[in-house]
Amino acid sequence: MIEVQKLTKYYDDFCAVNGISMTIRKGEILGLLGPNGAGKTTTLRMLTGYFRPSSGSIKIKGLNMPEDAIKIKSLIGYLPESAPLYHNMLVYDYLDYIARIKGINDKEKRFDRFLQLSDLCGLSSIMSKPISNLSKGLKQRVGLAHAMMTDPEILILDEPTSGLDPNQIAEIRDIIKTIGKEKTIIFSTHILSEAEATCDRIAIINKGRVVADDTTERLKHDVAQGAVIQLTLANAHAEQAREKLMDIRQDIHILELEPAEEGTVSFEISSPDNHDLRSDIYLKIKETDWIILQLAKESQALEKIFRELTREDV
Amino acid sequence: MKQIKTIAVKEFTDYFISPIAYIVISIFLIVTGWFFFSTFFMYGRADLRDFFGMLPITFSFIIPAITMRLFSEEKNVGSYETLLTMPVSFTDIALGKFFAATLFSASLLLPTLSYPLFISFIGEMDPGPAIGGYIGAVFLAAAYCSLGLFASSLTRNQIIAFIIGCAMCFTLTIIDKLLFFMPTKIISVIQYIGADSHFMNIAKGVIDSRDILYFVSVIFIFIFSTYIVMHEKN
Repeated sequence: MIEVQKLTKYYDDFCAVNGISMTIRKGEILGLLGPNGAGKTTTLRMLTGYFRPSSGSIKIKGLNMPEDAIKIKSLIGYLPESAPLYHNMLVYDYLDYIARIKGINDKEKRFDRFLQLSDLCGLSSIMSKPISNLSKGLKQRVGLAHAMMTDPEILILDEPTSGLDPNQIAEIRDIIKTIGKEKTIIFSTHILSEAEATCDRIAIINKGRVVADDTTERLKHDVAQGAVIQLTLANAHAEQAREKLMDIRQDIHILELEPAEEGTVSFEISSPDNHDLRSDIYLKIKETDWIILQLAKESQALEKIFRELTREDV
Repeated sequence: MKQIKTIAVKEFTDYFISPIAYIVISIFLIVTGWFFFSTFFMYGRADLRDFFGMLPITFSFIIPAITMRLFSEEKNVGSYETLLTMPVSFTDIALGKFFAATLFSASLLLPTLSYPLFISFIGEMDPGPAIGGYIGAVFLAAAYCSLGLFASSLTRNQIIAFIIGCAMCFTLTIIDKLLFFMPTKIISVIQYIGADSHFMNIAKGVIDSRDILYFVSVIFIFIFSTYIVMHEKN
């Protein structure tokens, strides 16, 4: 569907995107992950034809980027970062303008599409409001309706949930998941849980390069076993507990934490060979009369990869 | 073609949504009205010569105020990105915006049609120069709009766009009045470049293809330059 080869973009001397190559298949939801300033937005802007690449090629459905730009643009629905809209227009007028520019000339068709979109994005109550009066979340929804106006095959969303409150984030995520069933979606974010929750595939970008590109499951699997285990016990003595835990294996690493409640002890336990220790711990504690309040594997799999791959010195 | 119209209609209605249209129209009418009628009865001539005579100078300040927002505002708000990632060509965008500004400038002249109407009541007026004057004024406005459009495409700051636009329009207006500073060899070229004389030719009621060609060339050159700027800046 989308083929990107050695895409590079220089701003004067500064290299924002440095030789990115990737292939995105039809129906995939790809999350573009990276710290601020990693080159996510620049990459998306080149894909949508807003920026011209310094070098490299973009092929979308067999069309080449600079030559067939207009055809490609009609295949893509794009939501730029922080959804810049025309503030002096009403929501309805804005959508009408967009529909006309995107070539929906028939009045009936436009109206039908508005009804569908207002259902999907929840716009029915704000259709006659000026855009300047809308909250950020509502603007984002209008922007999403704009992107989906012609029911495009490819949707590119640049940080669709940034600056929204948790309810709005959940709403936008639901919309992405609903439309993602039939469309190819690329979206950028720096929130890991978001990528984890919505994407089939994640590409991590740092300093203009792709440092990881795999399915969400496989990326998580690679480090999942290295997870840290959180243990909180009641009715136990810290030193005794430590000794008991060391009985499991001599080489595990135990870190005592500040207890959250009075009369409890908390530990963070990890083993050097990434072995999952939960069952061993349970069996050991069962021998005593201590009470397990919490025994959990901290799921920071993606966070760990992310931090490792995007460290300053990499 | 359809998209040019869509963009033009949107930009044109934008003028009337914001207060800018009403402010610009009032200032234009006050300035031209005052300067025209303050001396009108002294000469006792039933024509619009003085009105058209100062139009190039007035336009070189009024038109950049109309065109300054065309690109600068969009770049500043960020909607430029939205616009450029829709399936429209640079040419469609530039032409759409140009037509909107020209149409608005023409509607600026609409209330002044009452002047010839009023004059024809009190004296014998020759309609030729008046008709020619209005045709010339639309060409002049269109040429200045293309200059202003170009100025606006250069920057995201509307004030800078206005100042650049004024400077360019003003230069084009007065350049043929500075001939005594110029070397004799290029005088005829400079004379041709000045917008004022071409406009005044048409305003005399003589519609000469050379003058029309001049305005069309200016419009073409600056819309093309706008296209180049758009192309180079992305």
